[in-house]
Amino acid sequence: MSMTIGTAAATTQLSASAPSQDAAPEDDSYELEIRPRRGWISVDWAEMSYFRELLYFLIWRDVKVRYKQTALGVAWAVLVPVLNMMIFTVIFGNFAGVKNDLPVGMSYPVFVYAGLLPWTFFSSAISLGGLSLVASQTLISKIYFPRLFVPASAVGGALVDLLISFGVMVALLAWYHVMPTWSVLALIPLLLLLLLASLGIAFALSALTVTYRDFRFIVQFMVQAWMFVSPVIYPVRIVPPRYQWALALNPMCGIIDGVRSALLGRLQPWHPMNLAISAATSIALFVFGLYYFRKTERRFADIA
Amino acid sequence: MISVEGIGKSYRLGMAAHRHASFRDALTGVLTSPLRRLRDLAETGTEEDTFWALRDVCFEVQRGEVLGVVGRNGAGKSTLLKVLSRITEPTEGRVRLRGRVASLLEVGTGFHPELSGRENIYLNGSILGMRKEEITRKFDEIVAFAEIEKFLDTPVKRYSSGMYVRLAFAVAAHLEPEILIVDEVLAVGDVQFQKKCLGKMKEVATGGGRTVLFVSHNMAAVRSLCQRGVMLEGGRLTLDASAEECVARYVAGAVDGELQAREVFSRPSCASIWMKSATIYSNDEPSAVVPMGSDITLEVEFATEHPIQYPRLGIVIATAEGENLLGTSARYQPTFELDEPVTGGTIRCKFGAVPLLARRYVVTLYFGDHFCDSHTVQSALTFEVTEQDLWGMGKAPPSRDSLMYWPAKFSFEPSEAALQEVVG
Repeated sequence: MSMTIGTAAATTQLSASAPSQDAAPEDDSYELEIRPRRGWISVDWAEMSYFRELLYFLIWRDVKVRYKQTALGVAWAVLVPVLNMMIFTVIFGNFAGVKNDLPVGMSYPVFVYAGLLPWTFFSSAISLGGLSLVASQTLISKIYFPRLFVPASAVGGALVDLLISFGVMVALLAWYHVMPTWSVLALIPLLLLLLLASLGIAFALSALTVTYRDFRFIVQFMVQAWMFVSPVIYPVRIVPPRYQWALALNPMCGIIDGVRSALLGRLQPWHPMNLAISAATSIALFVFGLYYFRKTERRFADIA
Repeated sequence: MISVEGIGKSYRLGMAAHRHASFRDALTGVLTSPLRRLRDLAETGTEEDTFWALRDVCFEVQRGEVLGVVGRNGAGKSTLLKVLSRITEPTEGRVRLRGRVASLLEVGTGFHPELSGRENIYLNGSILGMRKEEITRKFDEIVAFAEIEKFLDTPVKRYSSGMYVRLAFAVAAHLEPEILIVDEVLAVGDVQFQKKCLGKMKEVATGGGRTVLFVSHNMAAVRSLCQRGVMLEGGRLTLDASAEECVARYVAGAVDGELQAREVFSRPSCASIWMKSATIYSNDEPSAVVPMGSDITLEVEFATEHPIQYPRLGIVIATAEGENLLGTSARYQPTFELDEPVTGGTIRCKFGAVPLLARRYVVTLYFGDHFCDSHTVQSALTFEVTEQDLWGMGKAPPSRDSLMYWPAKFSFEPSEAALQEVVG
């Protein structure tokens, strides 16, 4: 982290360098400069692209290690949201308040699972991501690589789980005879937003946790509280329309609601205003997390 | 190739208090002393509370040169390597490098105990900066070098510590960067593997015009691998000369430097079992000056995060030049038994009268549990054996030609022929 790559030409040279090349080294444009830096630091995309294979390996390690010692293995990626769905269905499925506000013709299990899908991803991404730097202390103090990869790989690991648990969603839709429309294509931009929001929060939390160990605990409670202000178990409609913008400041509000609209087709209308507000906060969180991380990362090796 | 221009790295004292700063302190800090917080944020401390681990260090390394960095513990060697390998940012000055850099500050960085040998080769290789296809290309070579063919698909947590270290070094040894930064990684494995590593290091250093920065306490290794050397003392560069000269100065420094009977160690960042201090006793008095023939005792004070049942200490005594003389370890020798697990204490190791000649010696300490070492301190203690007329002969055993004296018993038997001659 403590280095800038001199010029734009240098970065291309760096990424082009094959390991066994002997021709290039005398080239002047091959230069790296290490010097103290102050203030906000730009994000070195070229360097991250050079190291991209490492990101892949880190995600692969996280996923592999997570399920290696469990008896049920990857099945947990499916079991966690399914069990949650069952619990919520039993507890809230027959709640008059929730039930009456559900879109007509929608059954609660489908409704709640469609919300749990992005939520389970989000909660594990930010809690694993938040702890990721502290958990990789030895790595950080012994070797250099783009530090952003540490929380990013935790988020990537959660993404693998999300893709697996999506299979259950497909099965549920078939079981309840919900016919998807072309709006399922909206899942792709929604996933992108979800990733941006999760990455931004994971970046910020991981950097904060290194400096202030209190965040280990804060994150736990934050995730719990966050779920209640997100429309996971209840529909957005239970909040009066003129206050919905406040709910939508939470990026997960627009995203969860959007995922439902995309998946459940005609059963659930879109709320474009909420989605727009949530998209804006997602992007803002991502940019903030990214730059906050960059600003603090040069101290990680000294305080980790 | 590498140009280091006035590098300095300072840590604020009280950083220790800052290290695990709690959020509450930060919050109350903002409320109670906003000015102090502002100063902290600006990251400018006053002169008194800053500690310079490295200051005004300047040198250049040419392409293909192998540079040895020598210095005592705490001289700033590790900090220099961390700055050069971009792990930590310098406080002042700048470094310019040309070429792909790989640093090896530890073997097995990023190894995961749950993953198999094969998986760890890919993971570790990629962390060290290798491309996937590059790892695949060198895979067989790495496996052969590590001698672990049969255990490729076994999780490394089931490896013996020897196998683990061999695999870790093998991956690192197959890096092909233009600039290689190495910190004391040769001190691993058994003697035979160490020789193999040294050979590989030589191959890496001499072949292909690679630039290498090599830090070691092992003067023999520095002398055989490096052409040039720099010496660090108290964070400053005090000598930039040939490797021979550096080694000579280091050894002389070890001879002239002040001796301390007790050394205090800081806890390594990742160790859950660590040594707090070590003391050397000569005839039961704490002293680093040991008259020839007196009883040597070493005491190590340790602490652990969780109670352990089998604290195990290993000790190697070497000459100041880095030649290992003798070693002892509680892993293969009878040792004390504890009734219940402990989280700290002092281990005493009595050597008795070791027949050492009048010289300086350095002690390396290895500490861990029954399975592996978790804290190693190279050159933890230095002591000096002084001449003594052991047997009232008017002279002490000379230390010119050998490493030890030996109190052998001489006796005489006249030969048959000689007897007959006398009689006849």
